[in-house]
Amino acid sequence: MLAISAGGVIVWIVWVAAGFACLASGVAVVSFRNPFFSSLALIANLASLAVLYLLLSAEFVAAAQVLVYAGAVMVMFLFVTAYVGPRREPPWAGGPSWQTIGAVAAAGAIFVEIVVVIGLKAGGRLATSPSVGSVFGSPGWIGRLFLTDHLLAFEITSIVLLVAAVGGVILGSHTRRSNARVDAAGEAG
Amino acid sequence: MLGPGVAWYLGIAAFLFATGAFGVLVRRNPLIVLLSLEIMLNGANLALIAFSRHAANGAGQIFALGVMAVAAAEVCVGLGLVVAINRRRLALDVDEFSELRG
Repeated sequence: MLAISAGGVIVWIVWVAAGFACLASGVAVVSFRNPFFSSLALIANLASLAVLYLLLSAEFVAAAQVLVYAGAVMVMFLFVTAYVGPRREPPWAGGPSWQTIGAVAAAGAIFVEIVVVIGLKAGGRLATSPSVGSVFGSPGWIGRLFLTDHLLAFEITSIVLLVAAVGGVILGSHTRRSNARVDAAGEAG
Repeated sequence: MLGPGVAWYLGIAAFLFATGAFGVLVRRNPLIVLLSLEIMLNGANLALIAFSRHAANGAGQIFALGVMAVAAAEVCVGLGLVVAINRRRLALDVDEFSELRG
């Protein structure tokens, strides 16, 4: 349902631009040969997704997306890509061709399935959404939800992050000694 | 709600999820497999936030923030694995890592 107003037209223009950038950069991430360029394309993808979140009046999630994802996670990705060094890999070569055909079939099946289910089951009801106040999606509102209704999820999230940090440290540390042990075991065996 | 309805956002989310699944299945570089996983998670996040807006309920946004935390944890462990593999001078190719196949 099109709202014919100046604001509606502007929102449509922003949506088309952000949605196209989102889809194009998503395809670019999968198809680039160099992981460095794939990472840069994923940053563009995250930024255009943040614009879509803003259009859905989720301001805090959009800010967290830019800060956490594009700011912290992608810096780590770029650092590791630079550490590992440039390794070019032809995007579609490699692996038997039935693998590629199966992947295309699986991805197409997922897409068609989702679109058909949305169209059949919820198409009419999704056309209009209720209007929300300006508080919806603001940081204070999210914080209140986190510390009242979803306190357990908040605490579990912190535990998950702690465990992942410990795992990263263990994976990254003292590999030289364990390497020596593995080599000695290989020579003995 | 100005602009396109929620179904349009869900279409973008479906396409992103399918693109990421294709990348995970086809690509052999573990770094790009991780990037494709991020695309899948972001497609799911977009659907969560679209439904959160549609229902005017904050639980979807809380769930999306949880997904972002899980994605950060996954990147931390995944990149640790990539660095550990690279230190042992093994080839960065997910098809080569089949020792646990049984």
